[in-house]
Amino acid sequence: MSTLNAQPVGAPTPPDALPQTLNSGKCGMLCLIASEITFFGTLLAVYLFYIGKDPVGTPTPAEMLDVSVAPLKVVFNSIFLLTSSIWITLAVRQLARGNIKAFAVWWLLTILFGLEFLVGTGFEWYGLIAEQGFTIRTNLFGSGFYTVVGFHAAHVTIGLFLLSLVFVLTCLGKMHQRHTEKVELLSWYWHFVDGIWIVVFTIVYIIGH
Amino acid sequence: MTTLDHPGNPTRIKPTFLGRMHEWIATADHKKLGVMYVTTGLIFFLIGGLEATMMRWQLAVPGSTLLSPSDFNRLFTMHGTTMVFLVGMPILLGVANYFVPLQIGARDLAFPRLNAFGFWLFFFGGLLLYFSYFGAQGLYGMGSAPDVGWFAYAPLTERTYSRGHSTDYWILGLLVSSFGSIATGINLITTILTMRCRGMTLMKMPLLVWLMLIDAVLIMIAMPPLAAAQVMLLFDRLLGAHFFDVQGGGSAILWQNLFWFFGHPEVYILILPAFAYVSEIIPVFCRKVIFGYPLMVAATVSIGFISLGVWVHHLFALGLSPMVNTIFMGSTMLIAIPTGIKMFNWVGTMVGGKIRFDTPMLFSTGFLALFLIGGLTGIMLSVVPFDWQVSDSYFVVGHFHYVLFGGLVFSIFAAIYYWFPKVTGRMMNEALGKWQFWLLFLGFNLTFGPMHVSGMLGMPRRIYTYHADRGWDLWNLLSSIGVLVQIAGVAFFVWNVIHSLRKGREAGADPWDAWTLEWSTASPPPDYNFEEIPEVYSRRPLWDIKHPDDPDWKYE
Repeated sequence: MSTLNAQPVGAPTPPDALPQTLNSGKCGMLCLIASEITFFGTLLAVYLFYIGKDPVGTPTPAEMLDVSVAPLKVVFNSIFLLTSSIWITLAVRQLARGNIKAFAVWWLLTILFGLEFLVGTGFEWYGLIAEQGFTIRTNLFGSGFYTVVGFHAAHVTIGLFLLSLVFVLTCLGKMHQRHTEKVELLSWYWHFVDGIWIVVFTIVYIIGH
Repeated sequence: MTTLDHPGNPTRIKPTFLGRMHEWIATADHKKLGVMYVTTGLIFFLIGGLEATMMRWQLAVPGSTLLSPSDFNRLFTMHGTTMVFLVGMPILLGVANYFVPLQIGARDLAFPRLNAFGFWLFFFGGLLLYFSYFGAQGLYGMGSAPDVGWFAYAPLTERTYSRGHSTDYWILGLLVSSFGSIATGINLITTILTMRCRGMTLMKMPLLVWLMLIDAVLIMIAMPPLAAAQVMLLFDRLLGAHFFDVQGGGSAILWQNLFWFFGHPEVYILILPAFAYVSEIIPVFCRKVIFGYPLMVAATVSIGFISLGVWVHHLFALGLSPMVNTIFMGSTMLIAIPTGIKMFNWVGTMVGGKIRFDTPMLFSTGFLALFLIGGLTGIMLSVVPFDWQVSDSYFVVGHFHYVLFGGLVFSIFAAIYYWFPKVTGRMMNEALGKWQFWLLFLGFNLTFGPMHVSGMLGMPRRIYTYHADRGWDLWNLLSSIGVLVQIAGVAFFVWNVIHSLRKGREAGADPWDAWTLEWSTASPPPDYNFEEIPEVYSRRPLWDIKHPDDPDWKYE
C-alpha cells in the first residue's frame, strides 16, 4: 500500500495535521481537568442550592465556621496550598534547565506545603467532629460541607501521592531533564487542585455564611 | 494485498487456549478491546432483551400473574439500565475504539493502557450491577436486583424506602462503568485531536471521527455530574447524609435535575454514534460523497451544544414555572433543526445515487425511517400541554424505543454488517441478514407502534398489569406478539454471526469498494494497522487512489 504515501501529481502538499502546541499528554490532562471541573461544579451547585435550606434548630454555617479562630486557620492553610503552586512552577522551571538538585528542593517544598494544608484540614475536621459533634449526618449543611471539602481533600491526597512518587524517583536519581513535560503535566493537575480550592473556599467559607 | 508477511512472527505457532485467553485479557490493542466491548455489549443486549421479553409476556393479557409486581419492577429497572449503560455505551465505545484510529491513520489510541483500564472498569461495573441478583441483601437474605427505575428517582432510592443494598449496587455498578466511559472518552478526544495522519485536517476527517469527537466531549462533560449525583446518593444511603432526603430538607427535584442534566446529553451520546455509522454507510452504498459535509459537521457541533440545555423537558410534569417550561420547550424544538439537517443530508446523499441495498444499507434505511418517527413524536412531546397529557405513558415508551431501538440498535446492526468483514476477514451472509432485517423491522413496528396508541388511551408505563375493561388489551397483545417476531430476527443475527465466523466468504481488504482509510489495510488489520502511516489529500483518500484521473482533492 505504498501508493497511500505517494503524493499524486499536482496534489497540494498536505499540511501537518498535528498541531505542534498540543500533544497527547497535554490534551489528555486538559480533558481530565475539564471532567473534574464538571464533577466539582455539580457538587458546588448542589452546595449553593442548599444554602439556608436547613430545618431550623440545626447548626448553621455561621455557627460552625464563624468561630473567630476557625476561618483564620483555614485562611492560613489556604495560603500554604496556594503558594505551593508557586513552588511547583519554580521546580518545573529548574528541571527544564536540568538543575535536578534545585528541582528536588522546590518539589519537596511543594509537598510539605500541600501536606500542611491536608493536616490543617484534618485538625479542622477533628475540631468539628470530635469536639462539636458536627458530622455529615447532622444536617444538609454538614452533608454538603463534608462532601465538597472532603472531595477536595481527596484530590489533594491523590496529588500528594503522585508528587511524592516523583520525589522518590528524584532521590533515586531517575529524574532527568527529559521528564520535564511529564512533570509539568502533573503540575497542571496540582494547579487545578489549588484553583478549585479558591472556588470551594469562596463558596463554603464566604458566600456560604 | 493478497498475502501479508509479518516480519515479527514468521512461523505461526497455534496458541493454546490459555495463551489465547492471556492474549485477550492482557491486551492494550484498540482492535481487540473494540471487539471485546462490542461482544460484551451484544451479550448484555441479549440479557436486556430477555428481560423485556419477560415483561411483554406478563403484559400480553390483562390480569396476568406470571410475574410478581416486585419482580416486574426489577425487570424494567435492569432492562433500562442494561440497555443504556451496558449495551449502548460499550458498543459505541467499542466501534469508536476499533475504527477511529484506523480512520485517522493512527496505530492505536493515545493511551492504550488507559483504554484497557476503561474496558475492564465497564466490564466489572456491569458484573457488579448483575451481582445484585445474588448478593444485594447480604448472604443470608440472598439477592434482588435494583427496583427503582433506571433514573432512580429520589426519595424512592433513600434508605427508608429502598431496603437492602440493591440501590447501592445500582449506584456502584454505574459509577464504576461510567468512570471507564469517561476515561475512554478522554482517550478518544486526545486521539482525534493529536494523532491524525499527515494531511488529515479537521475538515478532512471522516464523519464517524467528527461525530465520535463530539460524542466523547459530551461523555466528558455529562458523565461526571452523574457520578457526583450518585456519590451524594451513596452518602445519603451509607453515611446518613441528607442530599435527597426530603425529611431532612433535601430535595427530590434536585435529583431529577441532576439526573437529567446527565440523562439528556446521554441520549445524544447514544444517538450521535448512530448518526456516525449511517453517515459512513449511506455514501458508500449510494456511490456518492456525503451531501453537505460541512453542514453535517456544524449540525453535529450544535447538537452537542443544545443537548446540554434541554434536560428540563423530562420534568414538564413536575409543575415548574411556565417560564421555565417554555424556555426548555423552545430549546427542545431547537434541537430538531440540526437533527433535521442531518436527515435531509442523508436523504440528499441517496437522491440520484446508485443505491445497493446490501444489509448494511437496508439497516441504514430502516434507521432513517424509524428514527424519523421517533424524532417526530419527540417534537410532539416537547409541546408542554401534550407532554402533560401523555407524560409517563406508553406513548413515551414508544417514542424512546423508536429513537434508541429503531435509531441506535438498527444503526448498530448496520455497522456490524458493514465492518464485520474488516474485523474478521469474512463477509456476513446476505440472505440471513435480509431475513434478520425484515423480521426485526416488522417485529419492531408491531411491538412499539401500538404503544403509541395504548399510551394515548392512558396506559401508564411501569405498571405490572391492567384490568380488561380499559381497552388496552389488543394493543398490548400486538406489542407482545411483535416481540416474538423480533426474537426470530435476533436469532437470525446470532446464527449469521456464528455461521459467518466459520464459513463466511473471504472478504479481502475492501469488499464494499469504500473510501476511508480502514479499508486500505488488510482484513483483519495487522496489530500495527498500517505498514506506513498514510498521507491523505481529501476526505476520501481511497477514492483518490482508485481514481487518479479524477481525485477528490481537486474539488475540496
